[in-house]
Amino acid sequence: MRNALADELTQLADQRPELAVLSGDIGNRLFDRFKERHADRFFNCGVAEANMTSVAAGMALSGMRPVTYTIASFNTGRCLEQIRLDLCYQNLPVVLVGVGAGLSYASLGPTHHALEDVCWMRSMPNMTVICPADAVETRLTLRAALEHNGPVYLRLGKKNEPLVHQNIPDFQIGKGIVLRPWGKVCILGVGTVTPVAVEAAEALAAQGIEAGVVSLHTVKPLDTALLAQLDRECDVVAVVEEHSPAGGAWSAVAEWNAENNGRMRVLRCGTADSFICEAGGQEWARTSQGISARAIAERIATALHRGEMA
Amino acid sequence: MTSLSSANVSGIPAPCSTQAYLDDDALRAEAAALRAELVALSHRTRTPHLGSALSCVDILTAAYWGGLRLNPDEATLPERDRFILSKGHAAAALYLVLMRRGYYDRSVLDGFNVDGGCLQEHPGPACVPGVEAATGSLGHGLSIGLGMALAARMQGVEHRTCVVLGDGECNEGSVWEAAMMAGAHKLGSLRAVVDFNRWQATGRSCEILAMEPLGAKWLAFGWNVVEVDGHDPVALRSLLSLPRAEYGKPLAIIAHTTKGKGVSFMEDDNNWHYRIPTEDEVEQARKELLHS
Repeated sequence: MRNALADELTQLADQRPELAVLSGDIGNRLFDRFKERHADRFFNCGVAEANMTSVAAGMALSGMRPVTYTIASFNTGRCLEQIRLDLCYQNLPVVLVGVGAGLSYASLGPTHHALEDVCWMRSMPNMTVICPADAVETRLTLRAALEHNGPVYLRLGKKNEPLVHQNIPDFQIGKGIVLRPWGKVCILGVGTVTPVAVEAAEALAAQGIEAGVVSLHTVKPLDTALLAQLDRECDVVAVVEEHSPAGGAWSAVAEWNAENNGRMRVLRCGTADSFICEAGGQEWARTSQGISARAIAERIATALHRGEMA
Repeated sequence: MTSLSSANVSGIPAPCSTQAYLDDDALRAEAAALRAELVALSHRTRTPHLGSALSCVDILTAAYWGGLRLNPDEATLPERDRFILSKGHAAAALYLVLMRRGYYDRSVLDGFNVDGGCLQEHPGPACVPGVEAATGSLGHGLSIGLGMALAARMQGVEHRTCVVLGDGECNEGSVWEAAMMAGAHKLGSLRAVVDFNRWQATGRSCEILAMEPLGAKWLAFGWNVVEVDGHDPVALRSLLSLPRAEYGKPLAIIAHTTKGKGVSFMEDDNNWHYRIPTEDEVEQARKELLHS
């Protein structure tokens, strides 16, 4: 995903003289091509995320379109107030890119886990929050974000994530992409964990349960038209995300459901409200948190069964 | 443009000219008049931070009356100099200097710090013409100014960027992040003015954190440093009007100031960080400032 981002940024910068890239001293070699072509528009801001964010705000106030880039947990938590006041309060077109969405950097430990970032970003007025599912959505998201007149948080994985899209889908901020049609069940995949949602749907299909899958790339603004339709047509909607229960995509969907007297059951397939202190890679961490195709399929089947009993 | 007649309130003179450049005596008189207005405004709208606002009046007066390229007719011109009041709690001083300089009409001030009004105690985004950035949380303005200076370099636009910080504000780590980055990029178009009044909200700034030697800190971060009497608007105007040097060192102006400057019973008394003057105190301050 990050290679797709760097490549897309380089191409877009050829056409857009106002695009600038600010990095928090990561992405060694990643931006070599960008730097070759646009040396004057690349800034390694050092390990100083607060300053980087406000510098981006200053650039945007002067008509530039800056993109800041560092690890998701740092590009949100470390500079939360700069995001709130300099970007959101002033409603400036700055794209914040966080790499290492959710459990991407599981093995690095909780310092590098990003399991609260969606909550923080979602809570800010004027902020748009997008979690692309794969490299294809990353490119589409970046293009859309650079057309958007306000701050955008772009939550990326790392590299070599499986592709969800074989072709280039229609993409619009705030519109989920249907990957598989739903019956009484729909699974909303958020970000790089979406392939697990697809696998879960396949496992359910083998049991005769038609589960749809939607890439819910935009967590804010929510695709409320989609939710309204799912509420009419589905009994169970599962949200699969690498995020804590507080304030993530599940929370957003559940809030919508509560506010709109929804009748659908909204299941949460995400991480717990705790730090993950055991060592382990992303696959292990997902499984330990119940974010595996098997566990998700079982929970959905159980919920559906309970619904039928009720 | 503000008409001169409309600027006459409660015995405080209007600017003697709408032209940017005032002679030395007129510049000092303008600073005194602005102070008198500040005291009256604080009383009328029950707005705190009067001591902090009085402290930076000469800096703002020097910047807007000849020190920088700041004209109401050029409020959106790309080549205009950028002025950021990073110590946003002194907003009243910024609002007044902009109004007196003709950026907007005096009547807009009726919306200052009243329910449903258009001007808050800290400057909001583009709340009136001339406000370049929303400030109020400390430690943001220098980084924003740095971004503006870098943008100008990328765009091939020539302007100076001037950021006013408080000494208490220099507690914030982000100030030094920005200082390091500006030094690395040799941003000769950027200048920081530190309103060094030696107080912060609850105590002496040099006792709360190791602030001194403040000039040496900026020097060590790759800046040129000038120390100046922060209540000499003529000297400040000369310093601010120094031409930009795109690839020189950024310039830190350590302006030695007195909190509450200009009013005998407010000077260097930190109670005026929050206190609101009474009607009698407003009149006494006016007499002291305007000798009338």
